[in-house]
Amino acid sequence: MRSRLGLGALSLLLSAFYAADVSAEYGVNMTRGVTDISHSVYDLHMTIFWICVAIGVVVFGVMFYSIFKHRKSKGAVASNFHDNTTVEILWTIVPAIILIVMAIPATTVLIDMYDTSDADVDIKITGYQWKWRYEYLGQDVNFFSSLSTPKDEIYNAAQKNENYLLEVDNALVVPINKKIRFLVTANDVIHSWWVPDFAVKRDAIPGFINESWTRINEPGIYRGQCTELCGKDHGFMPVVVRAVEQAEYDDWIIQKQEQAKAAAALAALTFTLEEQMQRGEEVYLKTCAACHQPNGAGIPPAFPALKGSDIALNDIQKHIEVVVDGIAGSAMQAYGDQLSDVDIAAVVTYERNAWGNDTGENISAADVVDYRNK
Amino acid sequence: MSAVLDNPIHDEHEHHGPPKGIARWLFTTNHKDIGSMYLWFSFAMFLIGGCMALTIRAELFQPGLQLVEPEFFNQMTTMHGLIMVFGAVMPAFVGLANWLIPMMVGAPDMALPRMNNWSFWILPFAFGLLLSTLFMEGGGPNFGWTFYAPLSTTYAPDTVTYFIFGVHMMGISSIMGAINVVATILNMRAPGMTLMKMPLFVWTWLITAFLLIAVMPVLAGVVTMMLMDVHFGTSFFDAAGGGDPVLFQHVFWFFGHPEVYIMILPAFGVVSQIIPTFSRKPLFGYHSMVYAVASIAILSFIVWAHHMFTVGMPLFGELFFMYATMLIAVPTGVKVFNWVTTMFRGSLTFEAPMLFSIAFVILFTIGGFSGLMLAIAPSDFQYHDTYFVVAHFHYVLVPGAIFGIFAAVYYWLPKWCGNMYSETLAKWHFWMSFVGMNLAFFPMHFLGLAGMPRRIPDYALQFADFNSISSVGAFTFGATQLLFLYLVIQAIRSGKPATDQVWEGAEGLEWTIPSPAPYHTFSTPPEIK
Repeated sequence: MRSRLGLGALSLLLSAFYAADVSAEYGVNMTRGVTDISHSVYDLHMTIFWICVAIGVVVFGVMFYSIFKHRKSKGAVASNFHDNTTVEILWTIVPAIILIVMAIPATTVLIDMYDTSDADVDIKITGYQWKWRYEYLGQDVNFFSSLSTPKDEIYNAAQKNENYLLEVDNALVVPINKKIRFLVTANDVIHSWWVPDFAVKRDAIPGFINESWTRINEPGIYRGQCTELCGKDHGFMPVVVRAVEQAEYDDWIIQKQEQAKAAAALAALTFTLEEQMQRGEEVYLKTCAACHQPNGAGIPPAFPALKGSDIALNDIQKHIEVVVDGIAGSAMQAYGDQLSDVDIAAVVTYERNAWGNDTGENISAADVVDYRNK
Repeated sequence: MSAVLDNPIHDEHEHHGPPKGIARWLFTTNHKDIGSMYLWFSFAMFLIGGCMALTIRAELFQPGLQLVEPEFFNQMTTMHGLIMVFGAVMPAFVGLANWLIPMMVGAPDMALPRMNNWSFWILPFAFGLLLSTLFMEGGGPNFGWTFYAPLSTTYAPDTVTYFIFGVHMMGISSIMGAINVVATILNMRAPGMTLMKMPLFVWTWLITAFLLIAVMPVLAGVVTMMLMDVHFGTSFFDAAGGGDPVLFQHVFWFFGHPEVYIMILPAFGVVSQIIPTFSRKPLFGYHSMVYAVASIAILSFIVWAHHMFTVGMPLFGELFFMYATMLIAVPTGVKVFNWVTTMFRGSLTFEAPMLFSIAFVILFTIGGFSGLMLAIAPSDFQYHDTYFVVAHFHYVLVPGAIFGIFAAVYYWLPKWCGNMYSETLAKWHFWMSFVGMNLAFFPMHFLGLAGMPRRIPDYALQFADFNSISSVGAFTFGATQLLFLYLVIQAIRSGKPATDQVWEGAEGLEWTIPSPAPYHTFSTPPEIK
């Protein structure tokens, strides 16, 4: 009974891994990925897996042989041996040799992974609660990337789409066949940036910069997630990378730079309260609602309510200050760096007029600039 | 007089037995009473921690958020880990140590009986403090049982202070318990019981106790540094003030890795007692078993950073910790080979303690294999903080530590209460636990390899099937533990009386005294040949 179950489990396990070997999308094994490094890692993983299987077959084989043949109910009489120096030395040395055989390829791959020299593209990745920021060093391109799955899908009010929880508003775009160096850090707590297809996982640690690199062989969209517990929405900060041909990448960079210029030009314009409310609501839902909730009620005490709050109803300067500079030692980040002056003005206006906070005040980008210049 | 002293059975006539009522339990200094309290306490914690695990599994049964919000989910993962590690597994082993070590070495009691009482009675308060945080404003600890800074300092809920004091109290309890074990083993062995004649359970506990004394103060240190950062403006773990969040992880895992062996070494000891009994054959390689346990314990101090391969250590640091970690496979392998060889050409029977021990060897070895895979730093970048890790450590802790505890309870229960348990119910308990546990944790290997991070309340659609299977397994395993509670109570109340030796092949001092073991045993030390 026991052995049949054991063998059944073993063969199930073997067949599962074998099936995975043939077709990766079955979802039971590590991906082979799309970089030379990820291929090496996959090969290393499989080599060690098969060594473990071989050892398991021998050890469990002897065990199940005893369970069958040496049972008392079959009249087995116990022998009395309890030591054998030769055997004991042998089964200390043989595993040690197997380990050395495993360590050699592992060392080679690791040395390769650590060689971040001569990169073609440098991208700084910063983890925030709960989104990623990508800065293309020396290119003037810089944006945030956060989950785009609608709340309705998460709360089961709508059909979940095929990229549920693995989709973002702005994907990281990189060229293929180029060495890309990632400089990984964080703004608040520790996060970890992981894309399985590249075999790149690096912790994003506030105050320190970690390095990693990749060279992608095939164009495509590659998805990963934050892998270090970083608070409430740890499960909701995916990574999406779009790898494209060099020419497409160059176009994209130019387009991004132009978008940045256009956004800056908005600061000179004035908007009506309705326009401000509309823009403000978009910014609020994307940036603020995770903590302060879409209805402004917050989740006290960690995330205070904005609806009816003293700051949102009275002191405008304080309100701008909190949004721009955050509150040190709390979960309230400084958004001065993350949002444009236009967006900050819009979101402050929204917070002062939504959910019954009917102050009627319209804050302009100039007000934010004034605060910053103080 | 000397005739009386020579016969330990007469001891009970010289004392008047335990006092009646609650006072017996509050003021007892008797190792058997304290052992029982530890075991009942740990079982209660096992059920509470189990309910938290089932909350997690219920939420993860399907994609989407159904039952709990992410904040509460994080409190559940954190509390489940803390309760199981510090409340269920560790006290259970201390309970076994209390009951068994004096009887195995021929001592009348533990060396420091009053301290023994105190070590136990700290625990209900420590866990009361910890559990009470769930009902406070802002909720309980939500930063994972590894409580990495700065999530557990700057960004923690206010209840982190209760958590810190709870951990301090558990630490004090563990350190005192460990000192007691060391003092008992080194000073109170019966004449003739040299160290290399001690049963392996005693050996593994001696080494575990030294590990506890070495690392619990490190844990106390790290939570005190957190307390300073939270309340007194220091910046041990805050880069903005000159500190380093990674320092937290180094200090934590310097405690944390030996802690892992604290939870498994006594189970090694239990299995090393049980397999020879039901194989009717002496343990193979007693000496190498002792040396292997000692090697594992020593190596446990130089492998901590394998929990941190992705924090960005220098290349040589990674290589050192990778090689050192792989080395642990050697003594662990020796132990597995010895257990299997002990069974080889024995005369095997399969009562519940043996079933749990065999499952221990097989499933712990599977956990060892995934551990070896995790040791390989380049592949660890893919496994780290995914469900593969969750699968790995549940494979070493559930069929490792917890099956070890079940095996021990079935093996020694007749000696403790004087009655046999129902073998039929015990077999049901075993098979349901075995199937439930594998159903719950085996699919997690696949989930992790396919890319599911740990500690997430919701997941992408491709992980749905294995998560459902896992949840079904977890509920099967959880429900089965109520059967265990029932059959233990049934055995105590109305089981068939056990013989003194209980098991045909059992050897050791504890089997020479009557069943149930009298309130006081070995008031006069036995003679060991």
